[in-house]
Amino acid sequence: MSVFEGFKFRKVSSVVHDLDPRIKFFFVSVLFVMAILFTKLLALTVLFFIPLPFVFMAKVNRQWLRSLRGAAFLAIFIFATNFIFGYFSPASFQGITPPVDTLVEYLVLLERAAAMTLRFVVLIASFSVFFLTTSPDHLGLALQQSRIPYEFCFAFTTAVRFVPVLADEAQTIMDAQKARGLELERGNLLKRVKNYIPILIPLIVNAIRRSLELAESMESRAWGASEKRTNLYELKLKRADYILVLISVLMLLLAVYVWLYVSIPSLTTLLSL
Amino acid sequence: MSVIETRDLTYTYPGVTKPSIEEVSVTINKGDFVILTGPSGCGKTTLCRCFNGLIPHFYNGDLEGKIEVAGLNVVDHQIHQIARHVGLVFQNPENQLFALSVEKDVAFGLENFAMPRDEMRKRVDWALQMAGISELSERPPHELSGGQQQRVAIASVLAMQPDIMVLDEPTSFLDPVGAEKIFEVINELNKKLGITIILVEHRLDLAAKYANHVIVMNKGKIALTGSPREIFTSEEARLIGVGIPKATKLYQHLKKHGIRLKAVPVTTEETADLLREILKND
Amino acid sequence: MIEVKDLYYTYPTGLEALKGISLTVNDGEFLAVMGQNGAGKTTLVKHFNGLLKPTKGEILVDGVSTRDVSVAQLARNVGFVFQNPDHQLFSETVEEEIVFALRNFGFEKAVIEKQVDWALNLLDVTQYRKTSPFMLSGGERKRVALASILAWDPQVIILDEPTIGQDHQQKEKLQQFILQLNAQKKTVIVVTHDVEFVAECSPRVILMSQGKIVVDGTAKKILTNPKVLAQASIVPPQITQIFLELADLGLPTDVIDVHEATKILLNRLRKRS
Repeated sequence: MSVFEGFKFRKVSSVVHDLDPRIKFFFVSVLFVMAILFTKLLALTVLFFIPLPFVFMAKVNRQWLRSLRGAAFLAIFIFATNFIFGYFSPASFQGITPPVDTLVEYLVLLERAAAMTLRFVVLIASFSVFFLTTSPDHLGLALQQSRIPYEFCFAFTTAVRFVPVLADEAQTIMDAQKARGLELERGNLLKRVKNYIPILIPLIVNAIRRSLELAESMESRAWGASEKRTNLYELKLKRADYILVLISVLMLLLAVYVWLYVSIPSLTTLLSL
Repeated sequence: MSVIETRDLTYTYPGVTKPSIEEVSVTINKGDFVILTGPSGCGKTTLCRCFNGLIPHFYNGDLEGKIEVAGLNVVDHQIHQIARHVGLVFQNPENQLFALSVEKDVAFGLENFAMPRDEMRKRVDWALQMAGISELSERPPHELSGGQQQRVAIASVLAMQPDIMVLDEPTSFLDPVGAEKIFEVINELNKKLGITIILVEHRLDLAAKYANHVIVMNKGKIALTGSPREIFTSEEARLIGVGIPKATKLYQHLKKHGIRLKAVPVTTEETADLLREILKND
Repeated sequence: MIEVKDLYYTYPTGLEALKGISLTVNDGEFLAVMGQNGAGKTTLVKHFNGLLKPTKGEILVDGVSTRDVSVAQLARNVGFVFQNPDHQLFSETVEEEIVFALRNFGFEKAVIEKQVDWALNLLDVTQYRKTSPFMLSGGERKRVALASILAWDPQVIILDEPTIGQDHQQKEKLQQFILQLNAQKKTVIVVTHDVEFVAECSPRVILMSQGKIVVDGTAKKILTNPKVLAQASIVPPQITQIFLELADLGLPTDVIDVHEATKILLNRLRKRS
């Protein structure tokens, strides 16, 4: 059940973990906007380094690298399509006169494809910092304080709470059916799909039973007693949050300025000088 | 003073014709520790659901007769109103915890009552302490053992400060040590806080010593009521299939062979003491 | 015969569940595996039908290492009854539920029919042949689950916590049934922490704690040794507790059964008078 491992939550504390999720989300969104603004490899390389200090402060290096590795296949695909597309319609690039034949022209194409790939990597890198350092509990609270209806936030946290439980249950059911001679990998494609019926039915039946019991338990604990619920926890902005807001705004301003007034050289032009 | 009173309570779930409980009349007094037992399918759970209004409000169906709990007519009050007086703890600990941390779960009911945060904090800490799980307050529920989860469930009901706590086979998935701890916690709530306890249980060997009253149900009806001693020595209870504790069984076996102990024991200590007496006297 | 040789098992999460287990279970033996939750009981027995394969060490079932054969092959001789019947029931009728495993094992149609009749009758569920298993009570579902495994007549039957969540009558029924299986020379392995059940069945007992076997012996020997039991957080049976308290009167302390207890007390009292 390694698929589910990534969804298991664990309470960890660090400066980054303790940041208000709303602010963290704002920061990541600024990175997102910046990555969209720029197309040059040089600029995007700078952007790639921005989330790194957060990764180290939160001590999530390993998980973070794992999510990057997970995106590797897609990154290669983006690189290849960009390169191939550029090769067949080079006119859309400045500094290339079709057909692509000189070394410099190849380099321009390569740089462009690399930049597009890096843009994708920057997005993954920054968003994964957000998800790796924000507990579902926190996220639910942030949703709630962002005036999203409580029912929705409750559904979200409850779903997360039951992921490990359902994963264990799925494993037990699979074992129970294997113990009765079920071989999941046997037969042609249709047969293999059918093999999963004895696993899916108990899983679904149990999930329904479980949700009924949950509803019963919620009712018994005064669900819907008052119009406006209170909450044990409250998100309050702390100093670190204000600092991060400041950093984000400054970054955004700087980016807009550079985008408007500074022309970023491409590596090829730098080198071919 | 009675806190629960039913008169000829009959209930039929929607979509079926046979009533699950029939003409049930029980009176439970304030501060009682009641064990409700009987073979599975005898209507124990259905009766528990009536005590806090899940029946008829959540299950609908057809309810006849009278039921009054903590002075409230169950039919005329909503579940969340009754929840201030009656807490229900269910069999499967896993399916009654829905938050990502223990304390958040304990706070759930209070949040629903819109209790101010400071007061809520105090109440949550108090409930955790009473259930002996203060050190677990920030842990996610799936990391806890079944026994710990069940104590969280008890704390989350306790936080609402009910007068009555109904526990529907809370230990049936637990090992004996986990079960024993649950009984100790419940007993403390009963003796120290005066909360009326209704415990549905098959494991009478562990629970018997805490109770002052036993109700046996069979086929939807009340079959027997009485003190643990009366019930455990009644032939009728044996026929219905009530699991008599071995400590009491030994007493009965000896009685059959003409040896009478002075009193009916329900715990091993009592049996040992009574045996010691006759072994010495002889 | 099941031979466990210096078995170690570590879960993918890194949890060391078994640390050097050696054990031989002979044909026709009745074994109870006892211990606290998390002691490794279920992990151990899941090795007997190959659901788990050793991290280190070896298990031989009838001389064949479980590493070399599939779960389906092993299951033919080793039936495993899971704790919760709802983790396996999925068919439209009780009959279909029992047919499932027989079909997986490739039995002939005529044999299947015969075995289904036999199993339905054995567990006293013939009247539910055409009923949906989901309509039955908890105790009945448990019996159907048992029937669906006994139907292929495995030599070894493993039962995980058979008495848990069952009422007194159902417990007695199951107990009678398990003893009957053993009387028919089946190897029966029960994972349980129900001391009264073990006291009444009086099988061979192994006591586990933290992934190791603490002690191996007769029920009478182990259940009357409070020191050893305490290591596995098990309390002796009630009858034993009574006799332990009366030890100073010169009564034996190794009594687990109420009939035996009565006899001893009667003798003692008659001798005196």
